[in-house]
Amino acid sequence: MSIYSNHRRRDRFRENFGQFDRILTFSVAALLIIGTLLVYAATRNWFAAQGLDPEYYLKRHVVNILIGGLLAYGTTLIDYRLLRAYTPIVWGLAVIGLIIVQIPGLGSEINGAQAWISFPGGFQIQPAELAKIAIIVGISMILAEKRDTDANPTDQDVLKALAIAAVPILLILIQPDLGTVVIISAAVVAIIGTSGAPTRWVVGLLLLAVVGGFTAVKAGIVDDYQVARLQSFVDPSADPQSTGYQLRQSRITIGSGGIIGKGLFDGPQTNGRFVPEQQTDFIFTVAGEELGFLGSGLILLLFTIFFMRAFTIAKRTNDLFGRLVCVGVIAWFAFQTFENIGMTMGLVPMTGVPLPFMSYGGSSMFANLIGLGLIQNVHLRTR
Amino acid sequence: MSLRSRLNLVIVQALIISLMLALGGRLFYLQVAAGLTYQDAALSIQSRDVVNPAIRGAIVDSSGIPLVMDRPGMVISVDRSTLDKLPDKGVVVLARVAKLVGKTANNVYVITRLCGELPASENAGCWKGTRFQPIPITRTATTEQALKVLENSDLFPGISAQSVPVRSYPGMGGENGAHVLGYVGSVNEDDLADSDKNYFREETIGKDGLELQYDDYLRGKAGIKTVIVDRKESVTKQSVSTQPVAGFNLVTNLDVRLQAATEKALKAAVLRAKSAGGRADGGAAIVMDVNSGKILALASYPTYDPNIWQIGLTQKQANDLFSENSGVPALNRPLQGMYAPASTFKSVSVVAAMNAGYDMNASYKCPSKVLIGNREFANFESKSQGTISMKRAIAVSCDTIWYQIAYDEWVRDGGLFPKSGLNDYFFTAARGFGLGKTTGIDLPSEASGRLPDRAWKERVYKENKDFYCNFKTRAKKSDLTPFLIEVARENCLDGNMLRAGDAVNFSIGQGDTLMTPIQMAQLYGAIANGGMMYKPQVARAIIKPNGQVVKEFTPEVIATNVLSKKSSKFLREALRAVVTEGTGAGAFSGFPVSIAGKTGTAEDKGRNQDGSAKADTAWFASFAPAEKPQYAVVMVVSQGGFGGSISAVGVKDIYTSLFGVSGGKVDPAKEIFPNGVPSQLPKVDPKNAKLVKP
Repeated sequence: MSIYSNHRRRDRFRENFGQFDRILTFSVAALLIIGTLLVYAATRNWFAAQGLDPEYYLKRHVVNILIGGLLAYGTTLIDYRLLRAYTPIVWGLAVIGLIIVQIPGLGSEINGAQAWISFPGGFQIQPAELAKIAIIVGISMILAEKRDTDANPTDQDVLKALAIAAVPILLILIQPDLGTVVIISAAVVAIIGTSGAPTRWVVGLLLLAVVGGFTAVKAGIVDDYQVARLQSFVDPSADPQSTGYQLRQSRITIGSGGIIGKGLFDGPQTNGRFVPEQQTDFIFTVAGEELGFLGSGLILLLFTIFFMRAFTIAKRTNDLFGRLVCVGVIAWFAFQTFENIGMTMGLVPMTGVPLPFMSYGGSSMFANLIGLGLIQNVHLRTR
Repeated sequence: MSLRSRLNLVIVQALIISLMLALGGRLFYLQVAAGLTYQDAALSIQSRDVVNPAIRGAIVDSSGIPLVMDRPGMVISVDRSTLDKLPDKGVVVLARVAKLVGKTANNVYVITRLCGELPASENAGCWKGTRFQPIPITRTATTEQALKVLENSDLFPGISAQSVPVRSYPGMGGENGAHVLGYVGSVNEDDLADSDKNYFREETIGKDGLELQYDDYLRGKAGIKTVIVDRKESVTKQSVSTQPVAGFNLVTNLDVRLQAATEKALKAAVLRAKSAGGRADGGAAIVMDVNSGKILALASYPTYDPNIWQIGLTQKQANDLFSENSGVPALNRPLQGMYAPASTFKSVSVVAAMNAGYDMNASYKCPSKVLIGNREFANFESKSQGTISMKRAIAVSCDTIWYQIAYDEWVRDGGLFPKSGLNDYFFTAARGFGLGKTTGIDLPSEASGRLPDRAWKERVYKENKDFYCNFKTRAKKSDLTPFLIEVARENCLDGNMLRAGDAVNFSIGQGDTLMTPIQMAQLYGAIANGGMMYKPQVARAIIKPNGQVVKEFTPEVIATNVLSKKSSKFLREALRAVVTEGTGAGAFSGFPVSIAGKTGTAEDKGRNQDGSAKADTAWFASFAPAEKPQYAVVMVVSQGGFGGSISAVGVKDIYTSLFGVSGGKVDPAKEIFPNGVPSQLPKVDPKNAKLVKP
């Protein structure tokens, strides 16, 4: 389908585009551009040294952004309130996807997590990314239903919402992808909190998270490698060859950037590929080394601007559903950003989550841009 | 929107702002506050220093003839980073190259392993450097072998051939010089731990002899190429590099021709002693300029081929260097061998006696034996010489005169119960000549000999009292003879006391007295020059490759007036008489240069490995010409027998070369130093140096 196939559509595109929140669009565009340069910086030397196309990752990353951009635009086309109708379908697809990844032969394991579905041609998708959207929209829908009045959600509503969230969360937990579970849980708690549900739920859920996390480690539900990641966070010398090594290298790479950085494409740590997964989960180390405090601080600032603007949109709408979707998406992005950048700087334990809008990776990029689309959608329909 | 909803929204917003602030704070810490620390850490991760060793300076003799120099050698080396990528980790290639250079596959495998890669019990010879440095298999490859490697890179992946400097010993005068020159070797962990030296792991450094003593000058400054590597250690970028600075050349006081002659004379003396049925397990010979302390030749026997250090020691060679059975060739006997000086020590006794007021022109009785206490001390070979002059007594090496004098002086000092303010003329004289202390020669690991004075006795007694007092339970069964038990009983009672026997033995250089040959040379040098004690000096100057003089070593006086004009005059005459009419006359009969010297035939109370008693040590200490001394020549052959026959002849051989004696006459054309010991620095050009044969 081409959106340029007739004039009516083109006009509507122009019209809509003009009405998008500019600050939101600008901050994400800036992050996308910087991210693209960083992915290129992280991979060009490496691929060139192997005699491969140095622009391989760059090209694919740009394609991912373009596809994601179309998805984002698509998301803004229909009134978000009508999106509710599709929510069960998206939720269902996500759950099916999450089940498929567990089936040997269909799902593939990368870095210890059974989280990907491989398609012929090397194309892989990560259903967990889809699940994030499904859960955010799903529970927002439940908690905002029949409530455009000032009445708050009942315990029953909260339980229903939790049930909807619990199925995909459990499936992600067994992959295991603890990082994503934490992000989704944060989004769920943020949505429930903002929905006006009884405070005891928020407090209770936070308590549950602490107790649950502790039990999971103790009962051995959490894989050894995750325990190792946790230990090496506490004591980076515990496991110098793998996890601890990665974290130490990551910190050194960021720290060595100093105030102004080594210059784009000129980071010796980056070019020497001392940090594994540089183009995906550890993309921020490239920013740290090559762009320095000024450049990586700018990235943090862009994220902050994005979140603050999204909060403004959430506050401006009179529609609880729209507000909850915004808060869910913000909490998702914010926690994912915090987990990812915090991990690269040794602030939080290592988890395998990508940096929104910047890391290389299709599923994540698509989901992020759809998330952006959702907020823009709310903005467009707030009058 | 409900109030609670709105409130919670603000809470979420505040939470997210705080998360972003936490990230910002951490980022500030890493990049700004601790940025420099992390920059250093990153640099140490990425950068590798590749060391390009400097050309090592040459060691040349006083006329510029090289004793040792770097020459181009061919090294075949292994690049581990290439081999490790092969499916079999390069095992086949290593076996192939081992066959090419004539080594065993296992040997080559082991020497190309990093030391940490093999268990400690199997890693002898392992590579002490890093993986991305070429690991040498041999430095003595032929051009043919090198070409084979270079032309068949498909058969020899990761193997390279390259010319490198190798230490070589031209031996232009026929000299060996292994002991005085020393050798070079790889830096080891102890060297690296030495914070005074800034060694690089890949450097070759001096390990012994002059190579060690003057290593800081000879070594030069290695060039460093800093490369930036990636995680797989492949070089991504070449960074700064410094060019190696060639080491300085060392000019010595040695003369290759004299060194060769000295080595030859020493070897001949040892072989002569052997063919006479002696054991003759080693020896030393020294030629010194008495007016400056310059060491003109320094020989030790047995010796070894210094080239073995370059080819790489086999286990057998390493063992042989230090084995008793092969005579410990590693021992540098001129300064590490300690021998009882015996009659050569009488020169010191003369000084002691003169200080004590004995008249050197008077006559003394030289009976066949002297009774000291209840013990008889016999003259050498128990011969009576009647009443003779002191000069004659030195010439014929009468012992009994010295027994009597030493005993009388011992009694005068209070005997077993020493008076306060004792004279101790003999010890005082010996101390005046620096005995019991190192000479300070510019070579490493010099021994100090032993001066068995009262303090020494006291110290030894403290250490051994327990043993002597419990001799019957502590000693070996075989040592429990009535005589040894009696000796132990005496030692237990008053082993700290200087007994008459000790004093008497000391006067003829026996008992516990020990001297190194270099101390002997210094002693006779001082007698010859009238009382100046020079520090024996091998090095003459340090010169840059461009000829610029970095440092000159001038003669160093460590003591003046160690003997009076009178004693000096008397000793010169008496020592001349040794050669003209005494114990040295046989060796030097008809020799055209006037030699003065003293024989020494020392008892050694030690035992050989097979339990047999050690044979006598043969000494000859001398200087020449007697009237206007220029050179001191000392030779010692341990277990060599008579000093007058074995060593005196050896010394005569050295003088023969030194003065160019042929057909009973001095031939100035054959003299090694026709114009005296060189005082001018030579032109140093080791590659083009030409030897003028005398």
